[in-house]
Amino acid sequence: MSVVYILWLREVKKYLRSRVQIVASLGSPLMYLGVLGFGLGPVFQRAGEGKYLQFMAPGVIGMTVLFTAMFSGIAMLWDRQFGFLKETLVAPVPRLLIMIGRTLGGATVAVLQGTLIFVVTLIAGFRPVSLLAVPLAFLVIGLIAVIFSALATAIGSSLKEMQGFQMVMNFLVMPTFFLSGAIYPLEGLPRVLGALTRVDPLTYGVDGVRGLLTGRTHFGVALDVAVLLGVGVLFVVFGAWRFSKIEA
Amino acid sequence: MSKLPIIRVQHVVKSFGKITAVNDVTFGVWGGEIFAFLGPNGAGKTTTIKMLTTLLRPTSGSLELDGLDPATDQTEVRKRFGVVFQDPSLDSDLTAWENMDIHGVLYHVPRQVRRERSETLLRMFELWERRDDLVKTFSGGMKRRLEIARGLLHTPKVLFLDEPTLGLDPQSRNQMWTHVRNLNQAERVTVFLTTHYMDEADRVADRIAVIDHGRIVAMGSSGELKQQTGTDSLEAAFLALTGTTIRDESATATDQMRQVSRVWRR
Repeated sequence: MSVVYILWLREVKKYLRSRVQIVASLGSPLMYLGVLGFGLGPVFQRAGEGKYLQFMAPGVIGMTVLFTAMFSGIAMLWDRQFGFLKETLVAPVPRLLIMIGRTLGGATVAVLQGTLIFVVTLIAGFRPVSLLAVPLAFLVIGLIAVIFSALATAIGSSLKEMQGFQMVMNFLVMPTFFLSGAIYPLEGLPRVLGALTRVDPLTYGVDGVRGLLTGRTHFGVALDVAVLLGVGVLFVVFGAWRFSKIEA
Repeated sequence: MSKLPIIRVQHVVKSFGKITAVNDVTFGVWGGEIFAFLGPNGAGKTTTIKMLTTLLRPTSGSLELDGLDPATDQTEVRKRFGVVFQDPSLDSDLTAWENMDIHGVLYHVPRQVRRERSETLLRMFELWERRDDLVKTFSGGMKRRLEIARGLLHTPKVLFLDEPTLGLDPQSRNQMWTHVRNLNQAERVTVFLTTHYMDEADRVADRIAVIDHGRIVAMGSSGELKQQTGTDSLEAAFLALTGTTIRDESATATDQMRQVSRVWRR
């Protein structure tokens, strides 16, 4: 237990110390929120869908969590060769505990970053319908964070070189974001796009957060949470398996 | 020095696809001695260390560390050695003290012992005054010393040092070896090191194994190696044993990353 705790603590400490990185990583969510949020607002309003900021704020929170969690996994690739990870690989501790500590740490950092963006959306004018639902929404955000931290661990354990990073960004992270319904409603989509959004785990995450914070949901919060739990278990097992296979 | 081998390697072969990195290697290391693997780049030094430190499994042959098999008794073997890898493995965003502390937790060193021993080791390696500074503010030599101190925290029986002086200036190298000698005396820890600097092997090692193309070509004290080859310096002996051809390896993904890491100087 102390092993999981100290590895978790390490990730959180590093995050809190990296002020520059915290500010820098707010860049792209702020851009989406500012440019898309206010830029598409009038069109959204005219289409009779209400305030766009209200719609997309949960999507931007989801995006922040996705990006932060995935980056921590990519960092692992570097860490494996030139960093602390190698130290943990020869420690007399089951790899599973190390993987859990790292993943929970990465997920916590992602949630903290998501919280920061949540506060920013509040300043921008986002209003949750009920304050009571906010803690519940954060449970869903936590699930999103665990899912993508575990996936990132699996990828970080499998990649061999830094070039793979660009591939992951272009073919995994960006599609996951764009297909999630973070920035557009899931109703009335062309069939292919509709099907793709349904295999994207982030779709259920964003829908769940949106449902809890704004009352607008496509699948229903119960289904969202069920899917997230299922995918979460799957990805954690997959990540742990890949992590156990690392040969230095 | 005891006359019991703490490391025993017998007919070990390790191949990666078509490449045989270690080809039928047999040797033993006595408890308490300083043993050096001396060889040119790509000779199989690091691969051997990785097998002994449970990170790779041999293709065939047997390894033993303190009577245990690194391939099957991973956890028990890991408790018995400390290792400083060729590439850094410190967390540079944490302080020296935090790096020590995490290591202690990972190796189940009780809190009180952890504190006392961290202090002793940090003082011994002249890092005590800087214990609360982030590792990224340390010089190359300080980082290496911290890695060695950390590797000793759980009182291992064997300390592996893979090219510990690579990239250090002569002053730091000199100081590093003084430290290694002292701790070998003070802690009675067996030291297994690799290097391609002849003078270092000559100066610190009790016994040297010259390894080339995955095979051990000679083994003995520095004096014995000179005698065998009829040369008067270890450098001449080394060249007599391994030839003068320059080794051109093809660069791996790791080499590319290493290059990037030098540019960014993390």
